[in-house]
Amino acid sequence: MSDELLVSGRAWVFGDGINTDDMYPGFAMRLPIDEAARHMFHASRPGWADLVQPGDIVVAGRNFGLGSSRPVPLLFQELGVAALVAEQFNSLFFRNCINYGLPAAAVPDATKLITEGDTVRLDFTDGSLCASGTVHPIAPLPELLRSVLAAGGLFPQLEAAGKLRPAGSGA
Amino acid sequence: MPDALIQKVLGRASGGPAAVGEIVVCDVDLTALIDIQFAHDRLGDVVSVADPDRIAIVFDHAVPAPSVRDAESGRKARAFAAAHGIEKVFDVGRHGIVHQVLAEQGLARPGTVIACTDSHTCAAGAVGAAARGLGPAEILQIVCTGRTWYQVPPTLRYELSGRKHSWVNGKDIFLHIAGRYGEATGHAVEFGGPGLAELPMTDRRTIATQGAEIGADFTIFPSDQRCLDYVSAAAPGTELTPVWPDDDAAYAAVRQVDLSAVPPMVGRPGTVIDNTGPVDDLVGTRIDQAFIGSCANGQLADLEVAARIVKGHQVAPATRLIVTPASQRIYLAASRLGYLADLVEAGATVTNPTCGACFGYHMGTLAAGEVCITASTRNFKGRMGSADADVYMASPATVAASAIRGSISDVREFTGEAT
Repeated sequence: MSDELLVSGRAWVFGDGINTDDMYPGFAMRLPIDEAARHMFHASRPGWADLVQPGDIVVAGRNFGLGSSRPVPLLFQELGVAALVAEQFNSLFFRNCINYGLPAAAVPDATKLITEGDTVRLDFTDGSLCASGTVHPIAPLPELLRSVLAAGGLFPQLEAAGKLRPAGSGA
Repeated sequence: MPDALIQKVLGRASGGPAAVGEIVVCDVDLTALIDIQFAHDRLGDVVSVADPDRIAIVFDHAVPAPSVRDAESGRKARAFAAAHGIEKVFDVGRHGIVHQVLAEQGLARPGTVIACTDSHTCAAGAVGAAARGLGPAEILQIVCTGRTWYQVPPTLRYELSGRKHSWVNGKDIFLHIAGRYGEATGHAVEFGGPGLAELPMTDRRTIATQGAEIGADFTIFPSDQRCLDYVSAAAPGTELTPVWPDDDAAYAAVRQVDLSAVPPMVGRPGTVIDNTGPVDDLVGTRIDQAFIGSCANGQLADLEVAARIVKGHQVAPATRLIVTPASQRIYLAASRLGYLADLVEAGATVTNPTCGACFGYHMGTLAAGEVCITASTRNFKGRMGSADADVYMASPATVAASAIRGSISDVREFTGEAT
């Protein structure tokens, strides 16, 4: 198993109903990924991109990621965010994250169990989250998705299968 | 086991049972690619596509290209089509918002599986397709393999009865549902009941499109005669396979909606989930901008009602009314029928078919402190421009009436049916 399935980092805690337009605003879609990432959470927490550190974990409440299919996980990865935890994910957003190789875990009461600044440890293999010295189960990923995550996302999988040329070699 | 409608469609597509909670792997009948995803989605690295006849490329989000970057995306899209022999290309001039184009070209059909990297792909559920938005990486995978997976969701069923009033739009029906019953995260939303037969396809398309706003995995309607007639008109000569749920299917919930009791509704800024009300609650709220368009409400019927309401009136001073037909076909029809002339004469600006204003990309964006009422898809904070602007959501009729008054208004005052 890859290290992708074992993640430890400092938590940022957001509330319920954080949507994709907040994380990746429409005007930022005109920008290259590295510049777009500077505008994450522009509506709910402007300036956050200047505070987050590589390896940090983003925690949110219910209905996390309602909205668009825009590639929000690329922005998180640009900022070095190691994983997402939420009490409930929008299904489009959840599979979008896994498919880009960004670990995501559903944990009931996550925003109650985790305080901003806590160090959180996620183990996707045994299905556990450790925060403030206590261990909580996380919803297990179906094997299909675990294999995508272990490969680092769909792009590496497709490259390995010979269906996608290595990045930068295309038209 | 008796199946809900989404189970029926996913079961057929996967060649086996589709029990709730199971992951099924399906052949995808149609994958739609859109202009902006060519900016950084690695489509240029694709070695070969699974089936060029099952791919469509639709120019909609940033057209005509408002920047060099968007122009480059268009160039990549055209090169991709040429390299892989894709013939279903709807380039600038033959374009429209992808979901409208799929409907009017007859590419969305009952019982099919449709994928597109736009969250309002659920629009095709109006014709009984299992259609949903998927992320760009996954769409690229489907382009390469022709297949994807779905976790079969439990279904919330809305049992429609009665007949809507003429001034009520699918938007009002959706806002009623979103306000009363809230989110549908992780569920399919199915419609049926005795009120369905009289519900026009344009209203079904609006409702299906808006399902994304309550977080539904799929929104889906059965293929009754009205639906089959609609698809047959768009795809003459195509053999269609109607899809219906089993009579004794199990649902997570069954909810009754009396269409005759739905008033004009307004969604308050931020989200439609548990956040809508009858127009009476908000009449008089000052607006700076009014927008009619998007995949949800840029249809010919939407332009027709807007034109009818503004005819003989003028858009209020200091208020902007922006109208975006959802496709070139609609633009042409609305032009020939005189709707565009009526709108422009009243002081509206009519734009090229595009997603632009709906997602705050390259036109119709809002300044801080401004208030907009929109018939488009989504009213998140910052969606249409500044995060300090407020976006209310309503039907095209309510938006048109509000543009005339310069404040949120009851369309019934314009139709002689004031309460």
